Amino acid sequence: MARKTGGNIKDLLFERTTGAFAFLVLFLAALLFAVLLRESMPALRKFGAAFLVTGTWDPVLDQFGALPFIYGTLVSSFLAVLIAVPLSVGAAIFINEFAPPWMKTPVSFLAELLAAIPSVIYGLWGIFVLVPVLRDWFMKPVTKYLGWIPLFKGPVYGPSMLAAGVLLAIMIVPFILSVSREVLATVPQRQKEAVLSLGGTRWEMLRIVIGQHCIPGIFGATILGLGRALGETMAVTMVIGNRPEAILSLFQPGYSMAAVIANEFTEAVGDVYLSSLVLIGLVLFTMTLAVNLAAKWILTKMVARASRGI
Amino acid sequence: MGTISFRRKALDSTMKALFFLAALLVILPLFLIFFDLLIKGAKELKLTLLIDLPHPVGEPGGGIANGIAGTLVITLMTMLWSVPTAVMCGIYLAEYGRGKFASAVRFAADTMTGVPSIIMGIFGYILLVLPMKRFSAWAGAAALSMIFIPVVVRTTEEMLRTVPTTVREAALALGIARWKATLRITVRTAWPGILTGILLAMARIIGETAPLLFTALGNQFWQTRLDQPIAAVPLQVFTYAISPYEDWHDKAWAGALVLITMVLVINIVARVLTRRKR
Amino acid sequence: MKKIHGVLAGVLATLAVVSIASAADPLTINGAGATFPYPLYSKWFYEYSNANPGVRFNYQSIGSGGGIKQITAGTVNFGATDAPMTEESMKKLPGAILHIPTALGAVVPVYNLDGVPAGLKLTPDVLAGIFLGKITRWNDPKLAELNKAVTMPNADIVVAHRSDGSGTTDIFTNYLTTVNAEWRAKVGRGPSVNWPVGIGGKGNEGVAGVVKQTPGAIGYVELAYAKQNKMKVASLRNKEGQFVTPTLEATSAAAAGVAKSMPDDFRVSLVDAPGKESWPISGLTWILVYKDQADEARGKAIVQFLKWAIRDGQKMEAALDYAALPKPVVEKVDKALKQISFKGKSLY
Repeated sequence: MARKTGGNIKDLLFERTTGAFAFLVLFLAALLFAVLLRESMPALRKFGAAFLVTGTWDPVLDQFGALPFIYGTLVSSFLAVLIAVPLSVGAAIFINEFAPPWMKTPVSFLAELLAAIPSVIYGLWGIFVLVPVLRDWFMKPVTKYLGWIPLFKGPVYGPSMLAAGVLLAIMIVPFILSVSREVLATVPQRQKEAVLSLGGTRWEMLRIVIGQHCIPGIFGATILGLGRALGETMAVTMVIGNRPEAILSLFQPGYSMAAVIANEFTEAVGDVYLSSLVLIGLVLFTMTLAVNLAAKWILTKMVARASRGI
Repeated sequence: MGTISFRRKALDSTMKALFFLAALLVILPLFLIFFDLLIKGAKELKLTLLIDLPHPVGEPGGGIANGIAGTLVITLMTMLWSVPTAVMCGIYLAEYGRGKFASAVRFAADTMTGVPSIIMGIFGYILLVLPMKRFSAWAGAAALSMIFIPVVVRTTEEMLRTVPTTVREAALALGIARWKATLRITVRTAWPGILTGILLAMARIIGETAPLLFTALGNQFWQTRLDQPIAAVPLQVFTYAISPYEDWHDKAWAGALVLITMVLVINIVARVLTRRKR
Repeated sequence: MKKIHGVLAGVLATLAVVSIASAADPLTINGAGATFPYPLYSKWFYEYSNANPGVRFNYQSIGSGGGIKQITAGTVNFGATDAPMTEESMKKLPGAILHIPTALGAVVPVYNLDGVPAGLKLTPDVLAGIFLGKITRWNDPKLAELNKAVTMPNADIVVAHRSDGSGTTDIFTNYLTTVNAEWRAKVGRGPSVNWPVGIGGKGNEGVAGVVKQTPGAIGYVELAYAKQNKMKVASLRNKEGQFVTPTLEATSAAAAGVAKSMPDDFRVSLVDAPGKESWPISGLTWILVYKDQADEARGKAIVQFLKWAIRDGQKMEAALDYAALPKPVVEKVDKALKQISFKGKSLY
């Protein structure tokens, strides 16, 4: 294809120049990881792997453990996924299969708008609208009658794991929705028609056809949504209650890895304190990396399957 | 074909209704949020909001003019070095990107797109704030560029790949040098798509708060110098939202309205671009 | 397409012009720290900058912990804290530092309870019991007994505290440690402690916000925040057995005793002060400046500002419910300011 003629200095220069920028990008990523690793060394040396399972967060005694934050991040994210996936998949099915054609573009557009809203605005809405509504219309009544279940134990403050989970769910819906729609679109039309022509209802057709083709893809979308939820900072910080303790009740306040960094970074006096926060950042970085890689792997496998016509 | 039993029909209708409900619930928060932004934001949305500087704590009045200026300064600063870097990198990956090095670069970019933005704030603090011994717009822009660059690298590469190889081959067959062909023809063809990617990334970093918390820090005054702490609208929205002052809450909503307007305008411009391409 | 390029170029050009023009900006001095004096400082810096257009003091209220951290790292020109630095933390500093007292404030318990008026009576042990998580309902007998004139609601007590490193917390926990043995044993004193119960708010602003938003909540904030937000403030029984409400007079009464015993480095605590009118949870707040300034212009500006703050600035305190420094203390501070120098030369 490319001719290698003499006097191609300019071509070589171009290749090298763009290559240099590519190297810069690679360098930045490596630098990021190196900075995180170096700054978390003091904490790593002091606490070791126990850091991940220790529950104390005591700046006075310089004893730090990431357990409450890991717990909070995982619980709020899983809760978000639990709420968001059924809704997103259901909405995707509706848009792709049942909605009249004129509805498709506006609805996709609206879903994309949701994705463009900055996190801090979700947080603002969370504090003043979502939390009071959840508190007065859901948490207080539920705690009154079902407060004996550990999951719903009071007292009810408002800012809580539940509030964070619900807000996160709203935030990740657009991503799961768009991937789900793409996944649903890969189902061969022939198969759908085959089921329908055999006398199946639309729902039965969907159940069979989606069950056969789309589960891995939807699973991939779920993991993708999870990855986004894990790293959310501002919205979570504003509604989770900032309590560094791993509590079972969803109505109680909690904390997340990103939120504790946001709240305490500027004032972490002493090397161990700051280093512990950076170490939490490193743990978060690793977690989101692992989850995103898993999502990508699943989705590329799905695309490969689809193109092979399975 | 026999009739479908009542039970199956009922199930079909129920599921249809549930899917419709899901779609409704998915769109509902959007309307709620925009409704609230408009109603609550309108309260403080006067000209003074956009022109005045913040007043002392507890005194009503004042505005977020320094935040708007700060956001624009940091955003443009970020883009000044991030756009060339990301686009050039994207060109490299699309045109010469076979082999281990290119795979590593792609992996690096993909990894960075998934990193939570607060971590980029840590990066900016350690690398710039500490050695420079001050919070600054530089540090804020550095943190934001770590978010901007990887996203635009991937969108640029994707857009370039959509240009059919026939176009490239035709240019080369005509005797045009490779580098010229790439820039003048391939990139130019893909440019609307590349610009869309840039604009969408720009909209994203305008709304980012976490990376600025301990890099740009914030400023009460009018300040556009790059080596000093600088205000930004998302920071102000955050500070006002978690405060106890009623009029600060109103300003938070108004600031959020200003912010979402900026973000939406850029988003819409970006989409108009892609539509025009077709 | 061309239009978009044109717009972008235009905006870039404007910003370039603005940036260059602002190279002639007035001198910016950056400070960060305590939220406790923030209402006062923000007023001070606003007025001072208006009167002195050549300088601008940019103060970010990120908490006393943040103030100490950032001045230690040298990323700000001055810090602010209501928790005096410990000997240990001062060892980590690159140079000698001065704690310059600027005002006296009161840390007050605030609560959000419908149907209960302001001035709810609390004793030191009851207050400790609430924050220890031992007294969990508003109609607990211990509370009802103190407040027989009020029907206490049968509601959960929701505790709010600071999520960030705070001088306000240091003053509050110092008080609880002084007056309650169980608190002393279980939690102790500090800018950041292991709270037995409650949710965290960021800064005085955050705690006030939480209490305002949450029915049944109780928290602790600096008096100016309680006043500015029209919050219900509790009255507390002081050392002499009197129930006092936190007012300017009560804080000043606590300060009166201080003048005589003020140490040279100004690092003194005012909790549980003697005196019939004294508010038991009072505290000083300090600005942290290095004795040896790295930048002559900025150092001089800081000294000039501090000279203004301890005299003219004091007049603005009453309106915001901060108590002024007693006269003998002002003179002592003035002398200390002479120590701030650049390369050995005093910047006074």
